[in-house]
Amino acid sequence: MNTPFFRIAEEPIQVEEVIGLVRRREAGAVTVFMGTVREWTEGVRTSYLDYDAYQPMAVKMMERIGAEVQEHWPHTSIAMAHRVGRVAISDIAVVIAVSSPHRKEAYEANQYAIDRIKEIVPIWKEEGKGDGA
Amino acid sequence: MITVLLFSYLAEEAGRDQIQLQEGELSIGELKEKLEMEYNLSPMDQVMAAINQEYVTNEEKIKRGDIIALIPPVSGG
Repeated sequence: MNTPFFRIAEEPIQVEEVIGLVRRREAGAVTVFMGTVREWTEGVRTSYLDYDAYQPMAVKMMERIGAEVQEHWPHTSIAMAHRVGRVAISDIAVVIAVSSPHRKEAYEANQYAIDRIKEIVPIWKEEGKGDGA
Repeated sequence: MITVLLFSYLAEEAGRDQIQLQEGELSIGELKEKLEMEYNLSPMDQVMAAINQEYVTNEEKIKRGDIIALIPPVSGG
């Protein structure tokens, strides 16, 4: 169900691996977005996040976002990986890498992709308030 | 038979993450109402639905063999 470019990861995401998928000779820019687990949100402390996904549909929706990006920014290449399971403070929940000949498209497409992930990809986080044990 | 997949707090409220139903010819909206009552679930106004991994509206009719996912507001990223 996973493709290398659009992936749900049960294990820590290797950022270099995601970047490697989009690096190519035509690219003059690679933007990388990493979503990491924040400890404090408006005075409330998080100990960890547990992510759950409807995995086959999550991959399908990530592929759809990839297709949307291709349509809006035809010269980009995109890869993304999203964690499921327990993710500790500061650890990586999501990585999006976009390459393009020039930086503007890579920035725009990357921001578009994370915004869309938050809209349509069936993934849920549950806040861990305890000690993570 | 149809299969209904529940996620996030809906699975917790129902105490299970999958429900099999015999009846067909329901709309998604009707299915939501039925499950809200039978499993005492929170109102599903904000819950999206997918049939066979494609988002659909409340008006969509369910067919025999469909896999329905009830998708609470997503919170990835």
